[in-house]
Amino acid sequence: MVQLTLPKNSKMRTGKTWPKPEGAKNLRKFSIYRWTPDDGENPRVDTYFIDLDDCGPMVLDALIKIKDEIDPTLTFRRSCREGICGSCAMNIDGINTLACIYGMDEVKGDIRVYPLPHMPVVRDLIPDLTHFYAQHASIMPWLETKTNRPAKEWKQSIEDRKKLDGLYECVMCASCSAACPSYWWNSDRYLGPAALLHAYRWIIDSRDEATGERLDDLEDPFKLYRCHTIMNCAKTCPKGLNPAKAIAEIKRMMVDRMV
Amino acid sequence: MSDGKKIERPLSPFMLGPYYRLQLTSITSILTRITGNALAISAVLFVWWLLAAATSPEAFARADGILTSFIGHIALILSLWGVWYHYLAGLRHLYWDTGRGLDIPTAEKLGWAVIVGSVVLTIVTIIVI
Repeated sequence: MVQLTLPKNSKMRTGKTWPKPEGAKNLRKFSIYRWTPDDGENPRVDTYFIDLDDCGPMVLDALIKIKDEIDPTLTFRRSCREGICGSCAMNIDGINTLACIYGMDEVKGDIRVYPLPHMPVVRDLIPDLTHFYAQHASIMPWLETKTNRPAKEWKQSIEDRKKLDGLYECVMCASCSAACPSYWWNSDRYLGPAALLHAYRWIIDSRDEATGERLDDLEDPFKLYRCHTIMNCAKTCPKGLNPAKAIAEIKRMMVDRMV
Repeated sequence: MSDGKKIERPLSPFMLGPYYRLQLTSITSILTRITGNALAISAVLFVWWLLAAATSPEAFARADGILTSFIGHIALILSLWGVWYHYLAGLRHLYWDTGRGLDIPTAEKLGWAVIVGSVVLTIVTIIVI
């Protein structure tokens, strides 16, 4: 269902403004979404100030600094700090990206940090991705084979392996799906760009022997065809991948096998 | 610790504009839908005009008077632009359906082509008619 406003319990209030670091000359202002299940209150947006002369260049560096030095209750996911684990995906300055590889210098003005859009919030910048992962599991993200297991390994030509480039790099950070208006409004039935990119990654894998079953499963008015090529997914992907193209290729294979 | 009550989790903000930055590709996509719906309403106006012409001279004069009034003219010009926009956006979708033009730079170029093309074609149509 198309939804244009937040439900009552999700409307944000202006929160606390935390003190500026003493003696800092090069200040940067952060507006950060806060919510905790503990107090029964609505979400709020807190204001923090960071001394850029004493901080790493990335948005994640600033978040860690805030947690270390200003407000230890600020909660967010992070792990590898180099764009490979996909944990720190969040909405920064109106787009979804990984905080660890997004430079503060890429943002003009104050830096606004929110959780990934249109997701249930666990706490602060942490969205509940249970449904997102379940959808990924539903596309069978593994090699399905019917022939007998080869003695050594499932072989693949260099050309066939090349078809997986631009697909296998996905780190499942959910930036793309949380950027997609179709996914916001139909995520109960639409699989969303991330799961569909993974679906395509297995569909075109030359070693996979369940292509027909995979396509059958996606032949559905919602699972696949809620993609209207809005392309927010490709535009926002922190790894530079193109889920919109992968989805278009699946749609093409659907037509190809009919005619 | 949980007291067994279900936690009412808030929904994170998502609204296009203030919380999710508008992109050329998302604007051209939503315009396709808006023009499509608006054209359905324009079609009703047009049918009303034809029906009036088939009914009586007085009925036609009334319908024609409204459609050629200042507001009627604006509605017709917007509908004309809507036709061109929706047509060009449809061509872009057909091209996309072949699996081409889906990289961001090309998609954005096509988006500008649809916007500029629809305005130019609207002006050309007004001059020609």
